Amino acid sequence: MSSISQPMTMSGLRHDLRLIAGLIPQNSRILDVGCGDGALLAYLAKEKAGDARGIELSQNGVNACVSKGLSVIQGDADMDLSDYPEHAFDYVVLSRTLQATRQPEVVVSNLVRIGKHAVVSFVNFGHWKKRIGLLFRGRMPVNSPAFSWHSSPDIHPCTILDFVTLCKNLNLEIEVAISVDGQGKKQTIASNGRSANLLGEQAIFLLKRN
Amino acid sequence: MASESSSISKFKSGELPGHVIELGLDEPLKLISGKQLSPFTVAFQTYGELNPQKSNAVLVCHALTGDQYVANPHPLTGKPGWWDRLVGPGKVVDTNKLFVICANILGGCLGSTGPVSINPKTGTPWGLDFPVITISDMVNAQIRLLDHLGISRLFLVIGGSMGGMQVLDLASRYKDRVFAAVPIATAPRHSAQNIAFNEVGRQAIMADPDWCQGSYLKENKRPVRGLAVARMEAHITYLSEPALHRKFGRRLQGRDALTFGFDADFQVESYLRHQGSTFVDRFDPNSYLYITRAMDYFDLSAEHEGVLANAFKNNQIKFCVMSFSSDWLYPTSESRTIVQALNAVAANVSFIEIETDKGHDAFLLDEPEMHRTLAGFINGCASQIGLY
Repeated sequence: MSSISQPMTMSGLRHDLRLIAGLIPQNSRILDVGCGDGALLAYLAKEKAGDARGIELSQNGVNACVSKGLSVIQGDADMDLSDYPEHAFDYVVLSRTLQATRQPEVVVSNLVRIGKHAVVSFVNFGHWKKRIGLLFRGRMPVNSPAFSWHSSPDIHPCTILDFVTLCKNLNLEIEVAISVDGQGKKQTIASNGRSANLLGEQAIFLLKRN
Repeated sequence: MASESSSISKFKSGELPGHVIELGLDEPLKLISGKQLSPFTVAFQTYGELNPQKSNAVLVCHALTGDQYVANPHPLTGKPGWWDRLVGPGKVVDTNKLFVICANILGGCLGSTGPVSINPKTGTPWGLDFPVITISDMVNAQIRLLDHLGISRLFLVIGGSMGGMQVLDLASRYKDRVFAAVPIATAPRHSAQNIAFNEVGRQAIMADPDWCQGSYLKENKRPVRGLAVARMEAHITYLSEPALHRKFGRRLQGRDALTFGFDADFQVESYLRHQGSTFVDRFDPNSYLYITRAMDYFDLSAEHEGVLANAFKNNQIKFCVMSFSSDWLYPTSESRTIVQALNAVAANVSFIEIETDKGHDAFLLDEPEMHRTLAGFINGCASQIGLY
């Protein structure tokens, strides 16, 4: 696992998206799965001169993207990734979406199949605040205060250690692993991942098939 | 009643606006059926100016009952161009910047070669001697027009319904001749239901005694009742149940009570009768047979070992597929099939479903979201190749 340098010209982009963008070289073919309103996609298309495309679940999000000139289709990670051929893209990005998929294992397998590299970011449920919430308050942690356990779309939240185990099971190489703490400070996740699992609020992984 | 024979005579005397070109004198147009047309005529309209690099050309493909008058008043009806909302100066397809071409399709009845044209061998209208044509034949005729105009690569090809089929066919077989393709409210093949509706329309025409086995022009007759019924039936498929209900409900037409007869008691009946009777003034019955047949024969995957994705292999075109939520003639699922096939070859595709209750006809109507997203797509494409 190695660290990466952060490009300087990424203001206006959400912090985790900035880190993701920093992992992707110029002129790449990119698929952003769950691209939302296309913020990352627009940045990648403009700054990285790449062939950047998106999949988005909400039709409103899709229409917003296309009206900005981005190439986006309506679809979801569980259903639509299987349509694509192997290594159709250089990088496939799944940002803060894995926890909402029905079959995360299948989704991750598809990411590294259709992309030469996959970038996966998620909220770490092993973070100490989430642990304390459950330990002392006795309430299920959720991804966002907007949801309670029963209304959250996040049916498969995981911790950094959970995700590392999944990668091992799928025989994936973790090329880069970064955690971001509450202050937005990024750190390379050490090989055992235990401290990052406690202190990292978010995690970003760059993966490929072994 | 104006008839298609009067429109033909208007063309001959140069009364109908637009360009008419005779092609295929040296090189016949080889049809998919194996027959040939030589020569053949293409009537077309252009809007805007072709730039010196010839890189700003847009081909608009019209639907079953459309024509080349996409953005100027129809010469027979006086109504605004059928895509007047979309095509024009400062509009989504901006004719201040783009050079727009729209040709009457092969088999049509507004100037391009079709069953109403004169068969050079007999000196009389083709009628049913006209060869059966396909969507690919229509596209080939348009490619010949582009060759004639010296346009080797289109910036954009766009069309709805049967126009969308032409877009798909052109994008599949002439992948180097277009940068971006927008198939709207269409399908990669005609479903059994699509064929069934077309067959009812054809049977209505052929059941009219004035059809005269297709040779009504020689008999100086016109099967207008059959054609009107075909149009009425088809028109229902272009709308949706909620749209019909919103527009007409069970309201009565110019009366306070039911008449207990078979007059048009209901507004919806009166509306359909009007649609039928005005349609026959501008359309040829045999053309209707030939064009609906071409639609029925359309099956893009059948030409590619049954695998639709193979139709788009090695394709660099930017696609924008668009459907309408209440379209039950070419439902969103058909557009999804196209998108899946494009994804299977990792083609560059956007896909938009527009939420509307207006049914299939929505692509012709005022749909701000469709216009907004299309404008975004087209402007994005234009800036990508530095057009504007």
